[in-house]
Amino acid sequence: MAVVYEKTKGLTDVELHYCPGCNHGIIQKLVAEVLEEMGMLDTAIAVCPVGCSVFAYKYFSVDTLQAAHGRAPAVATGIKRCRPTQPVFTYQGDGDLASIGTGEIVHAAMRGEKFTTIFINNAIYGMTGGQMAPTTLIGQKTTTSQGGRTAEQAGMPIRMAEMLATLDGCVYAERVCVADIPNINKAKRAIKKAFEKQMNNEGFTFIEVLSTCPTNWGMTPIQAVQWMKDNMIPYYPLGVIKEKAMEV
Amino acid sequence: MEKELWKGNEAIAEAALRAGCDCYFGYPITPQSEVPEYMSAHMPKYGKVFVQAESELAAINMVYGAGGAGLRAMTSSSSPGISLQQEGITYLAGAEVPCVIVNCMRGGPGLGTIQPGQSDYYQCTRGGGNGDYRTLVLAPSNIQETVDCIQEAFDIADQYRNPVMVVMDGLIGQMMEPIEWKPYKKRELAPKDWAATGRYGREEHNIINSLYIDPELCDVHNKHLAEKYALIEKNEVRWECIDCDDAEVIITAYGTPARIALTALENLRAQGIKVGLFRPITLWPFPEKALHDLVGNDNVKVILDVELSSTGQMIDDIRLAVEGRKPIRYLGHAGGVMPTVEEICETAINALKEVK
Ligand SMILES: Cc1ncc(C[n+]2csc(CCOP(=O)(O)OP(=O)(O)O)c2C)c(N)n1
Ligand code: SF4
Repeated sequence: MAVVYEKTKGLTDVELHYCPGCNHGIIQKLVAEVLEEMGMLDTAIAVCPVGCSVFAYKYFSVDTLQAAHGRAPAVATGIKRCRPTQPVFTYQGDGDLASIGTGEIVHAAMRGEKFTTIFINNAIYGMTGGQMAPTTLIGQKTTTSQGGRTAEQAGMPIRMAEMLATLDGCVYAERVCVADIPNINKAKRAIKKAFEKQMNNEGFTFIEVLSTCPTNWGMTPIQAVQWMKDNMIPYYPLGVIKEKAMEV
Repeated sequence: MEKELWKGNEAIAEAALRAGCDCYFGYPITPQSEVPEYMSAHMPKYGKVFVQAESELAAINMVYGAGGAGLRAMTSSSSPGISLQQEGITYLAGAEVPCVIVNCMRGGPGLGTIQPGQSDYYQCTRGGGNGDYRTLVLAPSNIQETVDCIQEAFDIADQYRNPVMVVMDGLIGQMMEPIEWKPYKKRELAPKDWAATGRYGREEHNIINSLYIDPELCDVHNKHLAEKYALIEKNEVRWECIDCDDAEVIITAYGTPARIALTALENLRAQGIKVGLFRPITLWPFPEKALHDLVGNDNVKVILDVELSSTGQMIDDIRLAVEGRKPIRYLGHAGGVMPTVEEICETAINALKEVK
């Protein structure tokens, strides 16, 4: 019998702990598949954050460092500068990257650090039980914005991909989602392209993935995907935000 | 070997280079900025890594990344910057990532002063971050000793998979002294087979991590750390005793105050007053037993602790070692004000009069 699909060797056999309908698992699978397809499982080094994906160090089959909350880009800088020929990536949530770790991500991008960041924007703090994130939408109810986020109180949600794209060191920024098969395929292509550019030494590469958190959004998995499409995509448009041509 | 005149901070940087430091990450702060300056000029020449980080917070996390990936990593800062690094240090300790951290101490609290200080003693020896952890703390008192300590610090860090701090008051960083580049005795070190280097054919993937969500496993991990700390206490404790055998007054001091105290000791001895100097070289592990035994001598009447701190911080460790058996007096200044030889002599004489 012909094998049509196999689980990627980029993931271990440890059972994922994510809630039903959570996108973390899909996104990690895509990253792992890309690493395998590019023949990088032996050389890649991952940096995992504090957040729901904190246990990603058990799931990725590559060498991994678990970083303090928000500090993954600094940790990745330390690794990549010392091991410049090896693929390095951070995998970070929106509390991690867009709140406590803004300093680290901005400066890593400014320096044009040659690693890839996979940024999971689920508009909420997942792990700590659904508090407001900098990416929480206006009107969105969370445990710390119980009447819905207001601009007066918390400002407007931050668009990290657009913001980082303004920095010269950032050579590639794309926003994707994994809501359906076509989008999953697009997301994988984007992740692959980011790693290719990294291995080409072009600069900092950033993939923002819009993601679901049915548990803390208080929705079923199907409702969550629909809510993401209806509410997040209009504010966080999908597509390539920046692609700097390779200098020759 | 010939003596060369070196500025403390530059000697620290050069010593690190000679000790095989692969990468340095730092942020400017007085009185240690000559360390990153020297590193920025010299690391690239040897194909080594220098990054000026956006903050001390980022610098210590770069150290975590590089150290976790198996490299010899270092950062340096001064007190406010070291405060900011406490988060990283507890992660380094928890994940058992070796590294060297230099603290060229200035006065606090807050922004304090850029003048020399020793009021980071608690922060260095008690684990300024969260959790039960220790960093080995070396406290040299001149540039020669600093250079020797730095070279050894990398080996100690690798041997125990633990952060090692080298702390000096800012004076040692800023002054110049003749030193000798002695060949240091390298320790025998195990290969870093635990590091996240990339698998390169290895079956299992290596993980650098301090998270143990299962209570039992976290308990086991902490027990393992405690055993390691006990081993460090057994093997690495260092101190110096000068003229202690017949001393009636024991002066305790480290770093620059120990040098001032030494001159005071010579003056007092010339007057026939029996004074000794007990100088811890490792602040953690503190030479508790050595001091405990010394203070047990019948001839010891009083202990005088001298620090660059208004309240005294090392004095707590001295109290633990003395166990109330002898009176302890304190002399200290903050803000970069140095205790003078005369002051120490006078305080020692008065202390002796009071207790006799
Ligand atoms: C210094 C520090 N502050 C706070 C926390 C608690 N904390 C753990 S995860 C988290 C938020 C994670 O949210 P996000 O980054 O959006 O990831 P998600 O869980 O949604 O995947 C917080 C605040 C921590 N671990 N460390
Ligand atoms: S809490 Fe949200 S982000 Fe975390 S695993 Fe569950 S669904 Fe995913």
